[in-house]
Amino acid sequence: MFNASLKQLSLQLAEKKISSTELTTEFIKRIKALNPEYNAFITVNEELSLAQAQAADKMRASGKAGPLTGIPIAQKDIFCTKGWLTTCGSKMLSNFVSPYDAGVIERFNQAGAINIGKTNMDEFAMGSSNETSFYGPVKNPWDHAAVPGGSSGGAACAVAARLAPAATGTDTGGSIRQPAALCGISGIKPTYGLVSRYGMIAFASSLDQGGPMAKSAEDLALLLNVMTGFDPRDSTSLQRDTEDYARDLQKPLAGLRIGLPKEYFAEGMSKDVESAIEKALDEYRKLGAQTVEVSLPNAPLAIPVYYVLAPAEASSNLSRFDGVRYGHRAKSYGDLADMYRKSRAEGFGPEVKRRILIGTYVLSHGYYDAYYIKAQKLRRLIAQDFADAYKQCDIIMGPTTPTVAFNLGEKSGDPIQMYLSDIYTSAANLTGMPAMSIPVGFGDKNRPVGLHIIGNYFREAQMLNVAHQYQLATGWHLQSPV
Amino acid sequence: MTLSVSDVKRIADLAYIEIDEDEAKETLNQLSGIFNLIETMQAVDTSTVEPMSHAQSVVQRLRDDKITETDQRELYQSIAPQVEAGLYLVPQVIE
Repeated sequence: MFNASLKQLSLQLAEKKISSTELTTEFIKRIKALNPEYNAFITVNEELSLAQAQAADKMRASGKAGPLTGIPIAQKDIFCTKGWLTTCGSKMLSNFVSPYDAGVIERFNQAGAINIGKTNMDEFAMGSSNETSFYGPVKNPWDHAAVPGGSSGGAACAVAARLAPAATGTDTGGSIRQPAALCGISGIKPTYGLVSRYGMIAFASSLDQGGPMAKSAEDLALLLNVMTGFDPRDSTSLQRDTEDYARDLQKPLAGLRIGLPKEYFAEGMSKDVESAIEKALDEYRKLGAQTVEVSLPNAPLAIPVYYVLAPAEASSNLSRFDGVRYGHRAKSYGDLADMYRKSRAEGFGPEVKRRILIGTYVLSHGYYDAYYIKAQKLRRLIAQDFADAYKQCDIIMGPTTPTVAFNLGEKSGDPIQMYLSDIYTSAANLTGMPAMSIPVGFGDKNRPVGLHIIGNYFREAQMLNVAHQYQLATGWHLQSPV
Repeated sequence: MTLSVSDVKRIADLAYIEIDEDEAKETLNQLSGIFNLIETMQAVDTSTVEPMSHAQSVVQRLRDDKITETDQRELYQSIAPQVEAGLYLVPQVIE
């Protein structure tokens, strides 16, 4: 049951081999037994989950079940969930029981899915190791000395350790793909604008995008079918026709042109990662795809550009946390400004403060053009590089991360080393293109390696096809650390 | 570009985050490293490039000017740090 795909679980529920109440109870038992070790969940609420499961069983009995009805899904603690503690991994929101549901949560509720718990994450999604969480670090199920990646580290751990059949994540610079890679699971960041940002606590609004994390590309397709869709409450939500993201899964790959950016196969990628990626590319050639070298000359600038734009947007978004209407307020303070300063100093952790300060500086008088506008101009050049590359190929591949999972504590004292773990992933956020990671083997210390698949805008169905065909031919995605 | 401790304090003040001398010094070290990384942007000539503010070039949607939200004051105020008579309480601003 714990290794079953979403399709298999759905079938078992449809054939009445198991009820959602039983399935949910089993996963809650497993979480209770193993979460003290992993720390993948911040909140588990058996009563609320089981109430949803009973409702899902009724929904099925009345003939209204969809593909995800009755299936437990772990929700990243960035999605506001009515009646649930929603912390965003921060002391600032450690007392915040959300009075409303995020758009994504509403969609899962309508589909009859079960919220099995809220997953741990880097504070306000700022981090690549889950170590900035106010609720403590999460362990990588493949090696408990290693980080799970971040910011969706709890989600990746929960899926890999089989504490949940699937999970949601969010991705501002790689926060779905990097932890998916480090934990040996599959995850996709869709095209910007496909998944509602309503009620998804904002980090950098022009880069943030929600997406699913699961054991396989096929599962991701089912989850995307539920998660995507227009939401008028998100001002950048796209109005498009409904798609079935599973429609192309079975297509053969003959003739597929895979672009390999030479900048991604250069200095920086470790040997063990390179070897696993090369083997995966050989597999794609066997499946009938061709590989062509492409160039993204401005790719090395993605990290500096990202560390101007994301903190700039964050400094603005996080100004709402002032201790007035909700969240942490300091115990003692003088005037109103002192209340703001003390509440924010106490409520935010060091990485969040650092990014607010960077953002405040680059937006301050006299520096706006030199940093913020400069970064926006480079953002266009990076997007242009990708547009040029897609003239020669259908899809782009490379490593998701330069190394396998690093050790807990290894980079937490060095922000720049930490930032560089998103060196391959942040460009897809700057351009808004869809990108995913799938497991393709193991590197040093038997830690997983992820293949990064970047598609052109709105090519999710094609990317899932490309990932699914590989997963049919190989078994890396079926390997489990538990 | 060189930052000083007083720059860090000024930024923290703009961001409404209380910071003491030791924290400011430590932050200065980290921010200096990060800004060295950011400075690599300046090597590229972008004089003819238009800034890109967003991934999709879409225009803001307009909506009808009608009430869509219902009154949920009690629910929203139930999680506030300090309320009285339906109002959020903060330190006195006007004498």
